[in-house]
Amino acid sequence: MPEVKKIATREGYGSTLVELGREHDNIVVLDADLAEATRTGVFQKEFPKRHIDCGIAEANMMGIAAGLATTGKVPFASSFAMFAAGRAYEQVRNSIGYPHLNVKIGASHAGISVGEDGASHQCNEDIALMRTIPDMTIINPSDVIEAKAAVRAAYELDGPVYLRFGRLAVPVINENPDYKFELGKGILLREGTDVTIAATGLCVAASLEAAEKLAAEGISAEVINIHTIKPLDTEIIVNSAKKTGKMVTAEEHSVIGGLGSAVCECLCEHAPVPVCRIGIYDVFGESGPALELLEKYGLDGQGIYKKVKEFVK
Amino acid sequence: MDNLELQKLANEVRKGIVTAVHSAKAGHPGGSLSAAEVYIYLYFEEMNIDPKDPQKADRDRFVLSKGHTAPGLYSVLAHRGFFPVEDLKTLRKIGSYLQGHPCLQHTPGIDMSSGSLGQGVSAAVGMALSAKISNDSYRVYTLLGDGEIQEGQVWEAAMLAGHRKLDNLIVIVDNNGLQIDGNIDDICSPYPIDEKFRAFNFHVINVEDGNDFDALRTAFKEAREIQGMPTAIILKTVKGKGVSFMENQAGWHGKAPNDEEYKIAMEELEKAGEALCRK
Repeated sequence: MPEVKKIATREGYGSTLVELGREHDNIVVLDADLAEATRTGVFQKEFPKRHIDCGIAEANMMGIAAGLATTGKVPFASSFAMFAAGRAYEQVRNSIGYPHLNVKIGASHAGISVGEDGASHQCNEDIALMRTIPDMTIINPSDVIEAKAAVRAAYELDGPVYLRFGRLAVPVINENPDYKFELGKGILLREGTDVTIAATGLCVAASLEAAEKLAAEGISAEVINIHTIKPLDTEIIVNSAKKTGKMVTAEEHSVIGGLGSAVCECLCEHAPVPVCRIGIYDVFGESGPALELLEKYGLDGQGIYKKVKEFVK
Repeated sequence: MDNLELQKLANEVRKGIVTAVHSAKAGHPGGSLSAAEVYIYLYFEEMNIDPKDPQKADRDRFVLSKGHTAPGLYSVLAHRGFFPVEDLKTLRKIGSYLQGHPCLQHTPGIDMSSGSLGQGVSAAVGMALSAKISNDSYRVYTLLGDGEIQEGQVWEAAMLAGHRKLDNLIVIVDNNGLQIDGNIDDICSPYPIDEKFRAFNFHVINVEDGNDFDALRTAFKEAREIQGMPTAIILKTVKGKGVSFMENQAGWHGKAPNDEEYKIAMEELEKAGEALCRK
């Protein structure tokens, strides 16, 4: 088997911030003692005056970002998803969302693939939390190429954006000249007729792997990459559901409130079809190597393959 | 303006507060009245602002961290010319731009949405940091309640402000001694407030009578001289100041006067105004 190139999406966050920092004076990057882990350290090194390490105080960091945004700066507030969306939820809601300030939240270490740190740090609820904030844009890139495009798109948009990144190195799947990132537009990666898999984040690569296995057994699966969870590309979801008649969602997030919920909300109104949600089933995670956890919780290619096969039977 | 003019203005601002809250049948008169003088001092004497150009880039910023006392701020903004005084009666009504708590997007002169306690001060620190990053000369003021400083986020913000030596930041604490459930020192004492801010590397100014314009003038002049550290101004004030039955009563933290109480309050303020005119 050929060697698959793997890079963590968080790598794309730090490197793109440096590029944007060179292009725009108004970018300010904030951290809460995790500059190394969120990969913003490279920005800090090149632009020390425009990097603010707030210390271990995420609630304050979100307020600082809000204040910066009122004066025309474009702050990227960085932390782990657990603290950015979890601990600082109300600050994000009231200090950033309600005044609709131009703050970008860079949340790394999302999902169960944080690995050994265990359940306290495995945030499987961040998308659910952020989705409920009016006008919050949520992007969950599938690989480093998409992550880099997402950071640029977030800068271009005037308004709050939640960017979700992972710690684990994941397959690079978008390295082709035709790749184009459009905020709020899903990407049809593989056409199929029997079932649709709408996937996000690291589950996109896993779903492509699953589709390959299913094809070998005569099941034709369509795979759609939903990098922007909000606003959701309802058109691509509805059209595909009408075509295949069966919908699977795959995400490294709770099945409550994330992509699965968003797709169900859309389909029950516009194209009711049977749906199977793949994700974390309302449980806390646990310590372990990331790849083993993804296998145990059924979020790798094999797990998605099995679930889809059972669903279409 | 001389002190007499400022005092007359304070009396008018108090009428605006009482009228707005009475009209809304809800709101927070106590902490609005205790802060009337500091609001007036900031908007008429201290800050570089222009009611005709509320968004001008080099303006000084004000963040009302104790956002529930919006009626006091609205009344001062109206009297300063940001919007008509008559509109104070629309407070908290459907469709009004005068929301229950300050809203950045809808109200001229409001620099930050606030209301969830502890959050405004962080935004103020962010604004002060922004000025430092781009070498802007504006100053940033924020007003906190003494109950509000029970919120941990206030001290996260204070720690960073002290660490970053933000001498363009002035944190004001309205120490009226009362919060919803009673006396602040009975509930969860924030005292000593001055020593706490000192420990967070602030220059601290205690003002014994925060409802006195001379005392405010002295304090804000001192704050302008401070370099290399942020300033905390702690104002001893009277909650409900100016309306006899509201003074020092926790019950008037977040309650509107009924028609009879409104009449009594306005009569008191009319009399106080007449007395000032005879001076």
